[in-house]
Amino acid sequence: MAITRRAHPETPEGAGLTGMNVEHPDRDEAQMIAAILAGDTRQYHELIRPYERSVYKMALSFMKNEPDAEDVAQEAFLKAFRKLADFRGQAKFSTWLISITLNEARSRLRRQSTVPMESLDQVTGEGGHISPALLRDWREVPSEALERKEIRAILVEAIGHLSPLYREVLLLRDVEEFSIEETATALTITPGTVKVRLHRARMMMQKELAPKLKNANPRRRWFQWS
Amino acid sequence: MVIECKHVWNYLSDYLDDSLSPETKELVQRHLEHCEICSAILDSTRNIVVLTADDRVFELPIGYSERLHARLAQEIESNEARTRKDSGD
Repeated sequence: MAITRRAHPETPEGAGLTGMNVEHPDRDEAQMIAAILAGDTRQYHELIRPYERSVYKMALSFMKNEPDAEDVAQEAFLKAFRKLADFRGQAKFSTWLISITLNEARSRLRRQSTVPMESLDQVTGEGGHISPALLRDWREVPSEALERKEIRAILVEAIGHLSPLYREVLLLRDVEEFSIEETATALTITPGTVKVRLHRARMMMQKELAPKLKNANPRRRWFQWS
Repeated sequence: MVIECKHVWNYLSDYLDDSLSPETKELVQRHLEHCEICSAILDSTRNIVVLTADDRVFELPIGYSERLHARLAQEIESNEARTRKDSGD
Protein backbone atom coordinates (compact mmCIF):
# COMPACT_ATOMS: atom_id res chain seq x y z
CA MET A 1 0.00 0.00 0.00
CA ALA A 2 1.45 3.35 -0.97
CA ILE A 3 0.95 5.77 1.85
CA THR A 4 1.34 9.45 1.19
CA ARG A 5 3.55 10.13 4.12
CA ARG A 6 5.83 7.24 3.34
CA ALA A 7 6.22 7.87 -0.37
CA HIS A 8 8.54 10.76 0.34
CA PRO A 9 11.86 10.27 2.02
CA GLU A 10 11.88 13.76 3.54
CA THR A 11 8.88 12.86 5.70
CA PRO A 12 9.91 10.95 8.82
CA GLU A 13 8.28 7.57 8.62
CA GLY A 14 5.15 7.29 10.69
CA ALA A 15 6.02 10.38 12.73
CA GLY A 16 3.25 11.10 15.18
CA LEU A 17 0.80 8.86 13.39
CA THR A 18 -1.50 6.44 15.08
CA GLY A 19 -4.19 5.88 12.49
CA MET A 20 -6.72 3.13 12.67
CA ASN A 21 -4.95 1.10 10.08
CA VAL A 22 -1.71 0.81 11.97
CA GLU A 23 -1.02 -2.89 12.37
CA HIS A 24 -0.84 -4.36 15.85
CA PRO A 25 1.45 -7.32 15.27
CA ASP A 26 0.86 -9.00 18.63
CA ARG A 27 -2.89 -9.08 18.25
CA ASP A 28 -4.81 -11.88 16.63
CA GLU A 29 -8.15 -10.18 16.16
CA ALA A 30 -9.80 -13.14 14.45
CA GLN A 31 -8.96 -15.26 17.46
CA MET A 32 -10.18 -12.56 19.87
CA ILE A 33 -13.47 -12.29 18.01
CA ALA A 34 -13.90 -16.07 18.03
CA ALA A 35 -13.30 -16.09 21.80
CA ILE A 36 -15.84 -13.30 22.37
CA LEU A 37 -18.44 -15.11 20.29
CA ALA A 38 -17.72 -18.30 22.22
CA GLY A 39 -18.62 -16.51 25.45
CA ASP A 40 -15.49 -14.71 26.62
CA THR A 41 -17.28 -11.41 26.09
CA ARG A 42 -14.98 -9.42 28.35
CA GLN A 43 -12.27 -9.66 25.70
CA TYR A 44 -14.27 -7.10 23.75
CA HIS A 45 -12.70 -4.38 25.92
CA GLU A 46 -9.28 -5.37 24.61
CA LEU A 47 -10.44 -5.85 21.05
CA ILE A 48 -11.63 -2.27 20.69
CA ARG A 49 -8.93 -0.50 22.71
CA PRO A 50 -6.72 0.42 19.71
CA TYR A 51 -9.71 1.98 17.93
CA GLU A 52 -11.16 4.18 20.66
CA ARG A 53 -9.45 7.30 19.38
CA SER A 54 -10.15 6.68 15.70
CA VAL A 55 -13.85 6.07 16.22
CA TYR A 56 -14.13 9.23 18.29
CA LYS A 57 -12.29 11.27 15.63
CA MET A 58 -14.68 10.03 12.94
CA ALA A 59 -17.65 10.81 15.13
CA LEU A 60 -16.40 14.27 16.07
CA SER A 61 -15.70 15.31 12.52
CA PHE A 62 -19.31 14.54 11.70
CA MET A 63 -21.13 15.67 14.82
CA LYS A 64 -18.91 18.73 15.42
CA ASN A 65 -19.53 18.76 19.15
CA GLU A 66 -17.98 16.60 21.84
CA PRO A 67 -21.05 15.25 23.66
CA ASP A 68 -22.72 14.05 20.43
CA ALA A 69 -19.43 12.63 19.17
CA GLU A 70 -19.01 10.66 22.38
CA ASP A 71 -22.56 9.35 22.14
CA VAL A 72 -22.01 8.25 18.56
CA ALA A 73 -18.71 6.59 19.45
CA GLN A 74 -20.28 4.68 22.38
CA GLU A 75 -23.23 3.64 20.28
CA ALA A 76 -20.95 2.44 17.47
CA PHE A 77 -18.95 0.26 19.86
CA LEU A 78 -22.15 -1.13 21.39
CA LYS A 79 -23.61 -1.91 17.98
CA ALA A 80 -20.40 -3.58 16.89
CA PHE A 81 -20.57 -5.75 20.03
CA ARG A 82 -24.19 -6.71 19.42
CA LYS A 83 -23.57 -7.44 15.76
CA LEU A 84 -20.20 -9.12 16.18
CA ALA A 85 -21.61 -12.46 15.03
CA ASP A 86 -22.37 -10.80 11.66
CA PHE A 87 -18.73 -9.91 11.17
CA ARG A 88 -17.50 -12.45 8.68
CA GLY A 89 -13.94 -11.38 8.40
CA GLN A 90 -14.03 -10.51 4.68
CA ALA A 91 -12.89 -7.04 5.66
CA LYS A 92 -10.68 -6.06 8.57
CA PHE A 93 -12.39 -5.50 11.89
CA SER A 94 -11.30 -1.84 11.75
CA THR A 95 -12.98 -1.35 8.35
CA TRP A 96 -16.17 -2.94 9.61
CA LEU A 97 -16.11 -0.86 12.79
CA ILE A 98 -15.64 2.35 10.88
CA SER A 99 -18.61 1.56 8.62
CA ILE A 100 -20.74 1.14 11.73
CA THR A 101 -19.46 4.46 13.10
CA LEU A 102 -20.21 6.26 9.85
CA ASN A 103 -23.71 4.83 9.68
CA GLU A 104 -24.35 5.80 13.27
CA ALA A 105 -23.13 9.37 12.67
CA ARG A 106 -25.13 9.71 9.47
CA SER A 107 -28.36 8.45 10.98
CA ARG A 108 -27.89 10.66 14.05
CA LEU A 109 -27.42 13.70 11.80
CA ARG A 110 -30.46 12.74 9.77
CA ARG A 111 -32.55 12.53 12.92
CA GLN A 112 -31.23 15.85 14.22
CA SER A 113 -31.66 17.84 11.08
CA THR A 114 -34.63 18.73 8.94
CA VAL A 115 -32.21 19.75 6.19
CA PRO A 116 -31.85 16.80 3.81
CA MET A 117 -28.47 15.15 3.63
CA GLU A 118 -26.54 15.53 0.41
CA SER A 119 -28.09 13.33 -2.21
CA LEU A 120 -26.21 11.16 -4.64
CA ASP A 121 -27.24 13.51 -7.45
CA GLN A 122 -24.94 16.10 -6.02
CA VAL A 123 -22.11 13.61 -6.14
CA THR A 124 -22.28 13.34 -9.88
CA GLY A 125 -21.15 16.96 -10.07
CA GLU A 126 -17.71 15.80 -8.94
CA GLY A 127 -16.10 16.56 -12.28
CA GLY A 128 -15.76 20.28 -11.47
CA HIS A 129 -12.27 21.63 -11.17
CA ILE A 130 -10.85 22.88 -7.89
CA SER A 131 -8.03 25.35 -8.10
CA PRO A 132 -5.56 25.14 -5.26
CA ALA A 133 -4.21 28.16 -3.39
CA LEU A 134 -1.35 29.50 -5.48
CA LEU A 135 1.96 29.96 -3.72
CA ARG A 136 5.48 30.68 -4.86
CA ASP A 137 7.15 28.73 -2.09
CA TRP A 138 6.21 26.69 0.93
CA ARG A 139 8.03 26.60 4.21
CA GLU A 140 7.26 23.29 5.87
CA VAL A 141 5.04 23.62 8.94
CA PRO A 142 6.65 21.25 11.46
CA SER A 143 4.45 18.90 13.45
CA GLU A 144 5.49 20.75 16.63
CA ALA A 145 3.20 23.53 15.44
CA LEU A 146 0.36 21.24 16.52
CA GLU A 147 1.25 21.97 20.13
CA ARG A 148 -0.54 25.23 19.48
CA LYS A 149 -4.26 25.13 20.02
CA GLU A 150 -5.07 27.56 17.22
CA ILE A 151 -3.26 25.39 14.68
CA ARG A 152 -5.19 22.30 15.78
CA ALA A 153 -8.41 24.28 15.65
CA ILE A 154 -7.95 25.49 12.07
CA LEU A 155 -7.22 21.93 10.92
CA VAL A 156 -10.32 20.52 12.61
CA GLU A 157 -12.35 23.41 11.23
CA ALA A 158 -11.11 22.80 7.67
CA ILE A 159 -12.04 19.11 7.87
CA GLY A 160 -15.44 20.16 9.18
CA HIS A 161 -15.91 22.48 6.21
CA LEU A 162 -15.64 19.61 3.74
CA SER A 163 -18.98 18.17 2.72
CA PRO A 164 -19.57 14.72 4.27
CA LEU A 165 -18.73 12.85 1.06
CA TYR A 166 -15.27 14.35 0.89
CA ARG A 167 -14.73 14.40 4.65
CA GLU A 168 -15.27 10.67 5.08
CA VAL A 169 -12.85 9.79 2.28
CA LEU A 170 -10.19 12.16 3.63
CA LEU A 171 -10.59 10.84 7.16
CA LEU A 172 -10.31 7.21 6.16
CA ARG A 173 -7.48 7.59 3.70
CA ASP A 174 -5.37 10.36 5.21
CA VAL A 175 -6.17 10.23 8.90
CA GLU A 176 -6.78 6.52 9.41
CA GLU A 177 -4.40 5.40 6.67
CA PHE A 178 -6.82 3.04 5.00
CA SER A 179 -5.76 1.96 1.52
CA ILE A 180 -7.84 3.10 -1.46
CA GLU A 181 -9.46 -0.36 -1.54
CA GLU A 182 -10.23 -0.42 2.19
CA THR A 183 -11.71 3.08 1.98
CA ALA A 184 -13.87 1.92 -0.92
CA THR A 185 -15.03 -1.12 1.07
CA ALA A 186 -15.85 0.90 4.19
CA LEU A 187 -17.88 3.43 2.20
CA THR A 188 -19.32 0.96 -0.34
CA ILE A 189 -18.11 3.02 -3.28
CA THR A 190 -15.66 2.18 -6.07
CA PRO A 191 -11.90 2.76 -5.74
CA GLY A 192 -12.17 5.20 -8.66
CA THR A 193 -14.70 7.30 -6.75
CA VAL A 194 -12.43 7.23 -3.69
CA LYS A 195 -9.57 8.66 -5.77
CA VAL A 196 -11.70 11.41 -7.28
CA ARG A 197 -13.12 12.46 -3.92
CA LEU A 198 -9.76 12.23 -2.21
CA HIS A 199 -8.18 14.47 -4.81
CA ARG A 200 -10.89 17.06 -4.39
CA ALA A 201 -10.80 16.82 -0.60
CA ARG A 202 -7.04 17.34 -0.53
CA MET A 203 -7.27 20.29 -2.92
CA MET A 204 -10.02 21.87 -0.82
CA MET A 205 -7.92 21.41 2.30
CA GLN A 206 -4.90 22.96 0.58
CA LYS A 207 -6.99 25.86 -0.68
CA GLU A 208 -8.37 26.64 2.75
CA LEU A 209 -5.34 25.85 4.87
CA ALA A 210 -2.29 26.91 2.89
CA PRO A 211 -2.97 30.65 3.26
CA LYS A 212 -3.70 30.19 6.97
CA LEU A 213 -0.72 27.95 7.70
CA LYS A 214 1.77 29.87 5.60
CA ASN A 215 2.88 31.88 8.57
CA ALA A 216 2.47 29.16 11.16
CA ASN A 217 6.15 28.35 11.49
CA PRO A 218 7.23 28.83 15.07
CA ARG A 219 9.28 31.95 15.53
CA ARG A 220 12.96 31.44 15.66
CA ARG A 221 14.34 31.64 19.15
CA TRP A 222 17.06 34.17 19.54
CA PHE A 223 19.54 33.98 22.34
CA GLN A 224 20.30 37.29 23.86
CA TRP A 225 23.81 38.05 24.96
CA SER A 226 23.64 40.31 27.91
CA MET B 1 5.23 16.21 -24.16
CA VAL B 2 4.76 19.16 -21.84
CA ILE B 3 1.81 19.58 -19.53
CA GLU B 4 0.34 22.74 -18.07
CA CYS B 5 -0.03 23.63 -14.41
CA LYS B 6 -3.78 22.97 -14.43
CA HIS B 7 -3.22 19.42 -15.59
CA VAL B 8 -0.51 18.86 -13.02
CA TRP B 9 -2.90 19.87 -10.23
CA ASN B 10 -5.23 17.06 -11.30
CA TYR B 11 -2.44 14.56 -10.75
CA LEU B 12 -1.15 15.82 -7.40
CA SER B 13 -3.21 13.55 -5.18
CA ASP B 14 -2.24 10.43 -7.15
CA TYR B 15 1.34 11.67 -7.27
CA LEU B 16 1.38 11.90 -3.47
CA ASP B 17 -0.01 8.37 -3.28
CA ASP B 18 2.57 7.22 -5.81
CA SER B 19 -0.19 5.72 -7.94
CA LEU B 20 0.47 7.40 -11.29
CA SER B 21 1.64 5.43 -14.31
CA PRO B 22 5.42 5.73 -14.82
CA GLU B 23 4.89 7.90 -17.93
CA THR B 24 2.56 10.37 -16.22
CA LYS B 25 4.73 10.46 -13.13
CA GLU B 26 7.69 11.35 -15.30
CA LEU B 27 5.71 14.17 -16.97
CA VAL B 28 4.61 15.55 -13.61
CA GLN B 29 8.11 15.33 -12.20
CA ARG B 30 9.58 17.17 -15.14
CA HIS B 31 7.02 19.93 -14.73
CA LEU B 32 7.68 20.18 -11.00
CA GLU B 33 11.39 20.60 -11.59
CA HIS B 34 10.92 23.96 -13.25
CA CYS B 35 7.57 25.19 -11.87
CA GLU B 36 7.91 26.73 -8.44
CA ILE B 37 4.17 27.32 -8.09
CA CYS B 38 3.23 23.66 -8.66
CA SER B 39 6.08 22.56 -6.41
CA ALA B 40 4.80 24.83 -3.65
CA ILE B 41 1.27 23.49 -4.13
CA LEU B 42 2.56 19.93 -3.90
CA ASP B 43 4.69 20.66 -0.82
CA SER B 44 1.86 22.46 0.96
CA THR B 45 -0.63 19.68 0.16
CA ARG B 46 1.75 17.01 1.42
CA ASN B 47 2.49 19.03 4.54
CA ILE B 48 -1.22 19.48 5.23
CA VAL B 49 -1.86 15.74 4.77
CA VAL B 50 0.88 14.96 7.29
CA LEU B 51 -0.42 17.50 9.81
CA THR B 52 -4.01 16.32 9.42
CA ALA B 53 -2.97 12.76 10.22
CA ASP B 54 -1.24 13.74 13.45
CA ASP B 55 -2.89 12.37 16.53
CA ARG B 56 -2.73 15.68 18.34
CA VAL B 57 -5.24 17.30 15.98
CA PHE B 58 -8.26 15.71 17.65
CA GLU B 59 -8.28 15.83 21.43
CA LEU B 60 -10.17 13.19 23.37
CA PRO B 61 -12.50 14.45 26.10
CA ILE B 62 -11.25 13.73 29.61
CA GLY B 63 -12.70 10.46 30.88
CA TYR B 64 -13.89 9.35 27.42
CA SER B 65 -12.24 5.95 27.60
CA GLU B 66 -13.43 5.25 31.15
CA ARG B 67 -17.02 6.16 30.28
CA LEU B 68 -16.88 4.03 27.15
CA HIS B 69 -15.62 0.94 28.97
CA ALA B 70 -18.11 1.43 31.80
CA ARG B 71 -20.94 1.46 29.26
CA LEU B 72 -19.54 -1.57 27.51
CA ALA B 73 -19.21 -3.39 30.83
CA GLN B 74 -22.92 -2.79 31.46
CA GLU B 75 -23.79 -4.16 28.05
CA ILE B 76 -21.52 -7.16 28.44
CA GLU B 77 -22.98 -7.90 31.85
CA SER B 78 -26.56 -7.75 30.70
CA ASN B 79 -25.60 -9.90 27.72
CA GLU B 80 -24.11 -12.49 30.07
CA ALA B 81 -27.21 -12.38 32.26
CA ARG B 82 -29.40 -12.98 29.20
CA THR B 83 -27.25 -15.92 28.12
CA ARG B 84 -27.44 -17.45 31.62
CA LYS B 85 -31.21 -17.03 31.64
CA ASP B 86 -31.55 -18.58 28.17
CA SER B 87 -29.50 -21.57 29.18
CA GLY B 88 -31.73 -22.05 32.19
CA ASP B 89 -29.20 -21.41 34.98
